Amino acid sequence: MAESRTYDIVIIGSGAGGGTVAQALAPMVAQGLKILVLERGPRLDDHEFTGREAEMAPALYADEGGFLTADGTMTLAMGRVYGGSTVVYTGTSLVAPERVIRSWCVPGLEHADLERRCEQFMAANHVHYLPRVLLNENNKRFFTGAHRCGYKPEQFPVNLRGCKGSSLCNLGCPNGAKMGTHRVQLPDAERQGVEVVTRAEVLRLEERAVQLRVSARPEGGKGRPSEWAPGDYHVSARLVVSCGGSIGTSALLLRSPVTAGIPGLGEGFTCHPALILVGEHDHPITNDVGHPKSYFVDRAVADGFVLETCMYFPFVTAKNLTSFGPEHSALMQAFPRLQMILVLACDKAVKENRITVDKSGKPVVHYTFTPAVRRSLVAATRASARIFFAAGAKRVHSPLSEPTLIERGDAYRMDDLIREDYFLPGRVSIAAAHLMGGCAMGTGARAVTDARGRVRGVPWLRVADASLFPDSLEINPYLTIMALADRVAEGIRQDWGSIS
Amino acid sequence: MSGLVLPQIRATFRAVAATVVPETAALDADGWARLEAEVERALRSRPERMVRQLVLFARVLEVASLFTDRTRFSRLVPAARHRVLKSLELSRLVLLRRGVWGLRTLVLLGYYTQAEVQSRIGYRAHVDGWSARRTSGEHAATPTDN
Ligand SMILES: Cc1cc2nc3c(=O)[nH]c(=O)nc-3n(C[C@H](O)[C@H](O)[C@H](O)COP(=O)(O)OP(=O)(O)OC[C@H]3O[C@@H](n4cnc5c(N)ncnc54)[C@H](O)[C@@H]3O)c2cc1C
Ligand code: SF4
Repeated sequence: MAESRTYDIVIIGSGAGGGTVAQALAPMVAQGLKILVLERGPRLDDHEFTGREAEMAPALYADEGGFLTADGTMTLAMGRVYGGSTVVYTGTSLVAPERVIRSWCVPGLEHADLERRCEQFMAANHVHYLPRVLLNENNKRFFTGAHRCGYKPEQFPVNLRGCKGSSLCNLGCPNGAKMGTHRVQLPDAERQGVEVVTRAEVLRLEERAVQLRVSARPEGGKGRPSEWAPGDYHVSARLVVSCGGSIGTSALLLRSPVTAGIPGLGEGFTCHPALILVGEHDHPITNDVGHPKSYFVDRAVADGFVLETCMYFPFVTAKNLTSFGPEHSALMQAFPRLQMILVLACDKAVKENRITVDKSGKPVVHYTFTPAVRRSLVAATRASARIFFAAGAKRVHSPLSEPTLIERGDAYRMDDLIREDYFLPGRVSIAAAHLMGGCAMGTGARAVTDARGRVRGVPWLRVADASLFPDSLEINPYLTIMALADRVAEGIRQDWGSIS
Repeated sequence: MSGLVLPQIRATFRAVAATVVPETAALDADGWARLEAEVERALRSRPERMVRQLVLFARVLEVASLFTDRTRFSRLVPAARHRVLKSLELSRLVLLRRGVWGLRTLVLLGYYTQAEVQSRIGYRAHVDGWSARRTSGEHAATPTDN
């Protein structure tokens, strides 16, 4: 028998969207409202962030970071923890390009308004440029190589406070330096009286209510026990705000009979499919020390891709190198000499790419690499190889060639060696961390919400996370998600009289 | 999936492991135990269907080489194993490519998450970042109050 509880507002998820809504609505607690955040992941204490790959990936990521698309050809990374994906993000903080927001054609959504809100979050998250003395050679070589190739490398603003340069951002910062909702919005909301319950997975939405299950802390696992006793709960609320992320929110609405029939639900999934590329230098370079992501080259308009510096951990690196055997091992042995680039394709929302649920209500993500995405990834791989060689690398690992290693002497044949026919999904490791769409904003027949996240035909339900994006953002998305969530919260405050 | 997975396909899995990461051929019993424990742990959190598919793929792989090389996969010499896996990895069928990718990824997980392997390949990320390197006299960069 489920235990019943009553709140005024229930927020599902505590990531970029949920944490932001919680903070923005928190002042309503002083007016007597009861606000609850339900997060399916655990709440970790600072000392539990060890930076060790084998421990942190299972503790922080859904499916340990190995969630696969339906045909098994792409891995999707999403946080499952107090703070959501903001705990594992790298903290690069960019404002959405005006052209993208204009192309979304969402009436009532103005770029200037988003920009203003982004600036507020940039100030709150201490966004700034790292001084050059703190940039490592992995980043500096990218800058040099890109510059020599005629690209325009730009520095990422990052949201850090007291960064020690441990390079472990995607395993959760062990120094508490990276500003995510777990460090900024959620603690502030809790101080104001918002209640956060972790290890609490919402199974289903009902009319003005949610059904959820609180799990016990697994033996030996990281994180505190839940704030509530393990078991099933039925929580009534005047308003529910779903912030479970693109996949979490879409799946929740799809498996809930009260919302499952909404046209357009689950459609328009995009994710910036990404490849990790590696160049090998003669001498060790600083790569596993220093913040990993300092520069990018934006070729979204011209070529449909963005290149970013990156540095991953041994298993993630090994997994993302294509193929296996002695060549693969030799490259791994060269770890201190590796330079890395992350290549992101700016994919577009298409009919085939969507989120559904299986019989048990679990999300299934259907994703096909369109010809445009394939072409972008090939062009991006060639561009990265040029950058590596221009930066002094002696050989480059390309997932889109066979053999996968290209020697410096063969650099002039790059276009022949890196080819689209080697783009073999299932062989090449493709991963994505910018999960977007599924509950698109807009006014069209397939739009799930309006520009304030109000779900069509369901007056007690709002959406405030990356699922709102009608198409991909073509740049790192967290600031835009926070800005959109802030707009949704503002709409709730304005509408509260009629809601209550 | 209840129960351990690797005992069902141990010979094939170890043969794949030695092909994917040749260094595993030198592992002693403890080394294999650590690698396989990590793989089993990861498999417990994976969807049952996916685990069943991997086991099926490993079983098919084990006998498929009977047709081409008249020997089971796990008994092939290293060069032949490499050739078989390579041809499957470059196959026109996504199912076969995925199967190789799945098994290889498990091997890489079991091997490269081990602390001693990470330090052997020269991975040195440290919680203290730049100051850990400064202590070792390598770099002058200092953490700041950024
Ligand atoms: C490794 C990585 C690096 C990244 N780096 C950057 C970067 O540098 N810059 C940038 O701009 N973006 C980055 N991103 C992307 C960014 O973090 C995400 O786009 C953003 O956090 C998504 O916000 P969200 O609110 O939609 O979802 P999330 O932040 O993922 O939060 C969703 C939360 O909801 C919870 N949840 C889901 N379903 C339920 C349910 N049924 N019941 C209860 N809880 C539920 C989840 O556990 C999760 O905690 C990165 C992402 C990853 C994974
Ligand atoms: S590089 Fe900086 S922000 Fe990233 S994990 Fe290390 S200390 Fe934290």
